[in-house]
Amino acid sequence: MSSAAEPAGPPFRGRLRVPSWVGVVPFFVYVAAFLILPTAIVVGGAFAGTHGPSLTNISALTQPYILDSFLHSVVLSASSAVIGAVVGAVLAYAVASGAPNGVIRRVVTSACGVLSQFGGVTLAFAFIATLGGAGFITLWLQEHGVNIYANGVWLYQLSGLILVYTYFQIPLMVIVFLPALDGIRPQWREATSNLGGTSWHYWRHIAGPLLLPAFLGCLLLLFANSFSAYATAAALINQGGLIVPLQISNALSSEVGLAQANLASSLALAMVVIVVVVTALYSWLQSRTARWVR
Amino acid sequence: MTALVTQTDAAARSESRASVEVRLEDLRRQYGSVHALDGLNLTIGAGELVALLGPSGCGKTTALRLVAGLEDADGGRVVIGGRDVTLLPANRRDAGMVFQAYSLFPHMTARQNVAFGLRMRKVASRERLRRAGEMLELVGLAAQSDRYAHQLSGGQQQRVALARALAIRPSVLLLDEPLSALDAKVRSQLRDEIRRVQLEVGTTTLFVTHDQEEALAIADRVGVMRAGRLEQLAPPTTVYTQPATAFVAEFVGLTNRLSGVVRGGAVEVRGVRIPLIAAGGADGPAVALVRPEAVSLSAATDTATGPLLGTVIALAFLGASSRVTVDLGDAVVLVQIPTADAVAYPAGTRVRVALRLDPVLITRDDATVTP
Ligand SMILES: Nc1ncnc2c1ncn2[C@@H]1O[C@H](COP(=O)(O)OP(=O)(O)O)[C@@H](O)[C@H]1O
Ligand SMILES: [Mg+2]
Repeated sequence: MSSAAEPAGPPFRGRLRVPSWVGVVPFFVYVAAFLILPTAIVVGGAFAGTHGPSLTNISALTQPYILDSFLHSVVLSASSAVIGAVVGAVLAYAVASGAPNGVIRRVVTSACGVLSQFGGVTLAFAFIATLGGAGFITLWLQEHGVNIYANGVWLYQLSGLILVYTYFQIPLMVIVFLPALDGIRPQWREATSNLGGTSWHYWRHIAGPLLLPAFLGCLLLLFANSFSAYATAAALINQGGLIVPLQISNALSSEVGLAQANLASSLALAMVVIVVVVTALYSWLQSRTARWVR
Repeated sequence: MTALVTQTDAAARSESRASVEVRLEDLRRQYGSVHALDGLNLTIGAGELVALLGPSGCGKTTALRLVAGLEDADGGRVVIGGRDVTLLPANRRDAGMVFQAYSLFPHMTARQNVAFGLRMRKVASRERLRRAGEMLELVGLAAQSDRYAHQLSGGQQQRVALARALAIRPSVLLLDEPLSALDAKVRSQLRDEIRRVQLEVGTTTLFVTHDQEEALAIADRVGVMRAGRLEQLAPPTTVYTQPATAFVAEFVGLTNRLSGVVRGGAVEVRGVRIPLIAAGGADGPAVALVRPEAVSLSAATDTATGPLLGTVIALAFLGASSRVTVDLGDAVVLVQIPTADAVAYPAGTRVRVALRLDPVLITRDDATVTP
């Protein structure tokens, strides 16, 4: 400890020694309470039977109606991710080519920030009001001789969910893909043409390889985003169990009891496994991009 | 490092590589209401290095981009080796370009970067890697061939960029402030290196910079630009000793503005008659532009020097020479003299000031031109 005779130094040094890890304690408590603990419960539930540990719930996953919901979930997530990624990337490219601090860019990025979080009952209602059986676009088109529901009302089926999900997937793609596009320098295109390359060469040899990892990474992020989405589907679709999150909700709210709660756990565990795989791929791709663009 | 190839050597080589003349004829380019280029005329001789020098925003980059084909001219022609290329797209112009910074493809090694132009020209893989290796050797980076851009220093990246631009054996080499993102030490080293390489390959070169020292050091001829036009095009020494206009005099090197009177082909400044660079012009009041090294100092007691007395107000050490700021009472002059002499005049010293009779330029507009 410093002596009193010493001239005034930094007042707190040496007196209030707070270990640096103290600052992250709240974070770890939070992670423990809302990530590690629930995961443990899910894992525990998935392997719990009426009389001790069991694989009943895991093998229950192979029932046809559950496999169907996994298939639907994957199809929904993959198609909304692909549509969202492609359309979002084109939109992001248009934004990135404009002035860096231009009005268009500011408007688009803030709109995307809001829209990418738009979901649940509000989003479902918006679509019902415009594209539902009595939605104003539906009716307007009918007046002009176009019946979009000639083969049944698809809005409340898987294809409807795909359409509704792209509504938040596209803006999400714009937000997560813009930084990658901003990392592309205009000199690279100019250098390519000075060196004799065409636009095709530029995309084939420069922009393509540089953007591909980021694009695929964003695609995976979008996949995970819609894979775990629940509220929008729940608000739009009454028929239970079309996709896995609805299936879990079913299992939890049905009156059969404990066995079903454990089925919900095993469903959740399967989802966790899929999301973990996707996330691992995502971070691997991110690290590849980070290697060049910094 | 500075193993300079002799001029004759370079000339011999450049003949074998057939350097070509590059002409910019009355080039015009407008952005909105800004005339970035306002009728630029410039002929670069085969194998010559011309430095375009001028303040920021005077149109240097625009000129370079028009030659490269990265920007379209609103008027005028670009002629490379007798061929009018004004309407050719950039990828068919044969212009090698070195940008200010960050132009290397980040996902390719130095060698792959250098080989890229040859790949576009469908040169076989083995041959292009061999030639890329040769070019990297030329710029002294053979050992770093397999590094990525982020593993190279700023100066090394610019060397690779130079090798990449030269690998395609361009008709013209274009450099847009290639040194401005580097530290002072690396900058002067790389400047000499660029000149050495340019002399060795003999490529006709346009080098853009806003740094007058750089331009004077590297170029065969310096073109001083102002507001989209060429103010003077001449060898470095001429630009410095015989500036064509007041703008050139003040932009290239330091000048003192001393008021005087033009009378009978000379300007009288404080009792000293100084000859004019350009004869002519009516008699009357004028401002003489006098270089700091054309002013000398001696002790106040040394009456033989002349009548002009002043007080030293600052002394700046620049290395071999020093800059002394002297207050004449109604004006301040900068004086550049050898450091060995300058130490005799610390701040506060009374000194006698003499003007050397080197021909000077005069100006009659009183607006100060700030570079
Ligand atoms: N793409 C552009 N859009 C609008 N104005 C431009 C553009 N490029 C250059 N200018 C303007 O043209 C003038 C010359 O620019 P530039 O050639 O870049 O100057 P320098 O390279 O000498 O600094 C400047 O006034 C600049 O603002
Ligand atoms: Mg410029």
